[in-house]
Amino acid sequence: MTQQLLNAIFIGSIYALFAVGYTLVFGVLDVLNLAHSAVFMLGAVITYSLVALHGTPFILAALVAVLACGLLGLLIEFVALRPLRRRNAPPISALISTIGLALIFVAVVEQATPGTLFSWLWQDGANSVRFPVGAVPNPTYHIGGLTLEGTKLGILATSIVLMLVLGFVIRYTQVGRALRAVAENRRAATLLGIEVDRIFASTLFVSSALGGLAGLLFGLALSDISPYIGRDQVELKGLAVIVLGGMGSIPGAVVGGYLLGLIEVLAFVRFGSNVEAGVAFAALFLMLVIRPQGLFGARLKERL
Amino acid sequence: MDFFIQLFTDPIGFYNSHELLIAQIGVNAILAISLFVTFYSGQLTLANAGFMAVGAYTTVIMSLYLPLPLPIDILAGSLLAAAVGFLVGLPVLRLRGIFLAIATIGFVEALRLGVILNLPITGEGQGLKNPTADPLGGIVPIVISLPLIAYLVWRLTHSKLGHAWAAIREDELAASSNGINVALYKMIAFVIGALLAGYAGALETHINFFVDPTEYSVTRAIQILTFAVAGGTTNVVGPIVGAFFLTSLPEIIRQASAYRDVVNGVILILVIIFRPQGIVAGGGLAIHRPRWWPESWRFRGRPASVN
Repeated sequence: MTQQLLNAIFIGSIYALFAVGYTLVFGVLDVLNLAHSAVFMLGAVITYSLVALHGTPFILAALVAVLACGLLGLLIEFVALRPLRRRNAPPISALISTIGLALIFVAVVEQATPGTLFSWLWQDGANSVRFPVGAVPNPTYHIGGLTLEGTKLGILATSIVLMLVLGFVIRYTQVGRALRAVAENRRAATLLGIEVDRIFASTLFVSSALGGLAGLLFGLALSDISPYIGRDQVELKGLAVIVLGGMGSIPGAVVGGYLLGLIEVLAFVRFGSNVEAGVAFAALFLMLVIRPQGLFGARLKERL
Repeated sequence: MDFFIQLFTDPIGFYNSHELLIAQIGVNAILAISLFVTFYSGQLTLANAGFMAVGAYTTVIMSLYLPLPLPIDILAGSLLAAAVGFLVGLPVLRLRGIFLAIATIGFVEALRLGVILNLPITGEGQGLKNPTADPLGGIVPIVISLPLIAYLVWRLTHSKLGHAWAAIREDELAASSNGINVALYKMIAFVIGALLAGYAGALETHINFFVDPTEYSVTRAIQILTFAVAGGTTNVVGPIVGAFFLTSLPEIIRQASAYRDVVNGVILILVIIFRPQGIVAGGGLAIHRPRWWPESWRFRGRPASVN
């Protein structure tokens, strides 16, 4: 049971890291970025291809992948979000254009086999792969009957440190203040001399970098890297997490991530793996019906 | 290109060589219409895949265990889907915009992963074999019901009900202050959408030999949304054209069918940026000019005023 709880914490920190990026974009831009899960997947895929196909050391590969995912975030902003914002399109339009980008990202990876256009990025088509043994240093500790793997401890440390840094930046720095101002009232922020478009672009960059990092950590922890990990494993669960915590709330996303990890492990222990899969969505549905603003959500424009 | 040449020069030959494609287009078009009905009243719901599952499973389970004629099974499936739609609508329709969309996503996945995969009667994850499936015979009811449903929905959108829906979509507060019972009319749209989705699900089981739970996931719901949005949601023709175009896309571009999702994604983005009202909608051939697009590259016609 204690081992299960530990697993809940590991998977919970990945959910939290993914959901923080998700909810950051929602909080600042009022847009649900459904391409976030595709960026998550590309974070894992790029790291894998650098390590396994190009022989890069893991840490360097991870840094490059996170940076690349941040740039993909800029791509999302310029292709799918900015043209719609210029037109004052309803938020639903951005939902649809980001779905379009997600379809493209997933299909490109899924179709990449040796000899195709994208074989430098991915060669396994729709199959699932794992990092080659020994590519990632993984010391294992045994403490009182518990198995602690080095990679998982690293995941925990990385995600907690990053979330603290993000919290600090948003609360105490000039950029963070500008970000909160834009989230609060876009027009007033513009009048006060904040370059709103730049804030949006940097939000997308940070959010996607975090999403890519979550993806590569997921691939590391669960030994599962495929074109579908974003779509099948975290896209909708990430939604559940940010709804549980309150849409747009960063502390909410962190708490929601760990909460979902815990709920899933408990459901698994109690009822088995079939129920585990559905429990996130039951929680999502109930939360929206009973308390749509979530645990930490404060402002809700579109509720009643 | 052969696809269109045959469609226009030899419709009978086209029908005979593309029967399954036509049936699938029909089902997808009905699904797109079911989404259109709720969209017309200003609700973005993605619950249609769930209602489809209710219709499909009910029909197949009834034909497995009860000696009733097939039309009754299909009718029961559709009505049960509508009933489920009513029950889901009661709590969910208090939500708006993106929150409604997310709640319905939660419903679809909770139904599929939580209920369908855990009940012995639905075959759990294995799915169900459909003993009465008749791929060729199943096309006839689809081809007959599509124009019928399209006509009925078209009439609905031009009736008092349709005007109430449009009023709610444009401004809910103004609609309710003009004496429109917003909750009631939203619920009517939601239940009609559920009924149509359940009906499409029931019809689809008849052309497939198998009911597969993975068919009823959010991916399917998003596909339905794609049909409706790409086609256009200002009148009932839009969703049908969208379903036709996107379902037959792999046939039209055979050589690129592996990259179908790339093409789908590109179409989706191009439509939402350059022609937000959809392929079939007001404004003739007008194309929206994004601000970054150089003004000297003139488009024909004026930019569309719709959003």
